[in-house]
Amino acid sequence: MHTFFQQLINGLSLGSIYALLALGYMIVYGISKLLNFAHGDVYMLGAYWGYYTINYLHFGFLAALITAMLACGLAGVIIEAVAYRPLRNAPRVAALITAIGVSYFLENGMSYLVTSDTRNFPQVIKRKTFDLGGVSISNIQLIIFATTIVLMAALVYIINHTKTGRAMRSVSTDYDAASLMGININHAVSITFALGSALAGAAGVLIGMYYNSIDPLMGMTPGIKAFVAAVLGGIGSIPGAAVGGFLIGLLETAVQALGFSAFRDAAVYIVLIVILLVLPGGLFGKKQVEKV
Amino acid sequence: MNFKKFFGVAAATMMSAAALTGCATAKTSSNSGNKATDNKIRIGVNLELSGSVASYGQQEKKGVTLAAQQINKKGVKIGGKTYKVKLYISDNKSSTSTAASVAAQLANSDKIVAEVGPAATAYATASISNLTKAGVPLVSPSATAAEFTQTKSGQTQKYVFRSCFIDPFQGKKAADFMYNTLKKRKVAIVADNSTDYGTGLTKSFTTEFKKLGGKIVTTQYFQSGDKDFNSTLTTVKGKNPDAVYLPGYYTELGLVLKQAREMGIKVPFVGGDGMGSPKLAQIAGNKNATNVYYTTHFSTKSTDPAVTKFMKVYKAKYHEDPAVFSSLAYDAVYMIVKAAQNEGEVSSSAVQKGLANLKNFKGVTGSITMDSKHNPQKSVVVEQMTNGKIAKAYTVK
Repeated sequence: MHTFFQQLINGLSLGSIYALLALGYMIVYGISKLLNFAHGDVYMLGAYWGYYTINYLHFGFLAALITAMLACGLAGVIIEAVAYRPLRNAPRVAALITAIGVSYFLENGMSYLVTSDTRNFPQVIKRKTFDLGGVSISNIQLIIFATTIVLMAALVYIINHTKTGRAMRSVSTDYDAASLMGININHAVSITFALGSALAGAAGVLIGMYYNSIDPLMGMTPGIKAFVAAVLGGIGSIPGAAVGGFLIGLLETAVQALGFSAFRDAAVYIVLIVILLVLPGGLFGKKQVEKV
Repeated sequence: MNFKKFFGVAAATMMSAAALTGCATAKTSSNSGNKATDNKIRIGVNLELSGSVASYGQQEKKGVTLAAQQINKKGVKIGGKTYKVKLYISDNKSSTSTAASVAAQLANSDKIVAEVGPAATAYATASISNLTKAGVPLVSPSATAAEFTQTKSGQTQKYVFRSCFIDPFQGKKAADFMYNTLKKRKVAIVADNSTDYGTGLTKSFTTEFKKLGGKIVTTQYFQSGDKDFNSTLTTVKGKNPDAVYLPGYYTELGLVLKQAREMGIKVPFVGGDGMGSPKLAQIAGNKNATNVYYTTHFSTKSTDPAVTKFMKVYKAKYHEDPAVFSSLAYDAVYMIVKAAQNEGEVSSSAVQKGLANLKNFKGVTGSITMDSKHNPQKSVVVEQMTNGKIAKAYTVK
């Protein structure tokens, strides 16, 4: 029983990282219908931002987290303006391929600038472990949970209760109609990229703290898994992306706990295939009818 | 060994090398090898002195140069005549095609009796065909891939030797060390199954440990690049092992150590030479890199008189401690000279025969006996880490 709860905690802390990434994926897809494959690499940028600001500018955890979110938000806006905006009216596959290009650019650009060595992340918060009747949980895991929940709540508030959020929602429903209503589309898309990338930046700093190891290719696998989480939860649904993230984290943990550690990644991709076949809209997704 | 990872890229260049070696061998006429007509033992040195794995080649060059200098102080008596070593050092630029053409050049123009190098399996393999055509044996100090000394059909390459042990050999010795020295009976394995290195070590360890009478309580796998091991380690912890065996590389194993120690797994961790990097302790945190052991080729903590003497002369010449690669290259030169001495003749064919029959050769990296596949059967060194520092070394015979 102890083992079960311990694995549950392992799964939830892994899942909250996927959830943060999946949320970013989802809102960007929602507004621009673009699978931003560079999302995982923005997360890597966030981790490196944390590494440099903590090591060289002696930032605390909170300062590093917030500045990483700002820096990654800015990076997201620049990526959108330079790479995706010129292609907004191009066929969707062109934008998709560009996203893959941006992903490679960021990975290899960082490998060139900072070398592909694995680095150890500075431990700004001293690790403490709490023992709850045989189940141990660390303060870093608690910080990850708390940060994830706070950021999710903030995102929901922005999207549902602010003017900007309303603009974002209307753009995601219908580009042309929104623009006829006087909404600045470029502005709304930029803000969406900024928000999504800021979440990825936060996830990068958190993961650096948690695993103490960062490298330029760290964004690849989590990026793809977050995409699976977004599809599982239902693209276009905020609670869906969050739940999808947690479910993928738990699934990975469960597969390992059952002794199939070699099949961990395979299990996640099988879920993607099954969901696409059986429930293409995802768990919380709206059923959409493609109009011809 | 660590540099296997580099060779995904190298494999692609191999293709083009195959085409290029054609012209490089054009001059080769005989298969009878070279024979010394004066009092010089000509040894070709084909190493990666520049390019992607230059650090290995540079270290080996130091070992080779030192060995020649030591031998030439007094010279060596072979068949009633005193010989001196003459080195022909060439850079293969960490390129398969250059490694092949350098080998042809050394064998045909410089008339070497044997070659030392290249350091990495991919480049060493590329130089085999030209040397075989010329009938000149080579000793690679650090080509650790098991298939290096064999042809595709599994026969032993007549002219190919090495001074290092092969990767899976470490697994066998680690089992021996855990059972006999640490006295552990219940072992869990957490292995990298995305590299030949990890799977090879796992297989040889499992076979040997069971043969000795130990029990493997669980075998868990991970992929290179993984970062989260909490769930795997929770399973391992639940099985209550006496010790954990970790075949893989330091990038992931550093994280495994960190997460395991933080979870309260206090038992000893044992790995292969893929763990032997200062980065391990950096990633794991010094506090967590305690009670950690790994098998390796050579340790500066060794108390063997041959090793301490080697370290003294090495330090006097280069003002630094010898690295694993330098010591293996140092042994490679001595092995060639010893082979010629045993056969009483300085020629390629005598060195080939002498190397194939080498028995109980006392080198600085252990006592070497060549098996029928030209793989040295030798002692393995185990280094023990305490607080991120190498505290002690054991020798597993």
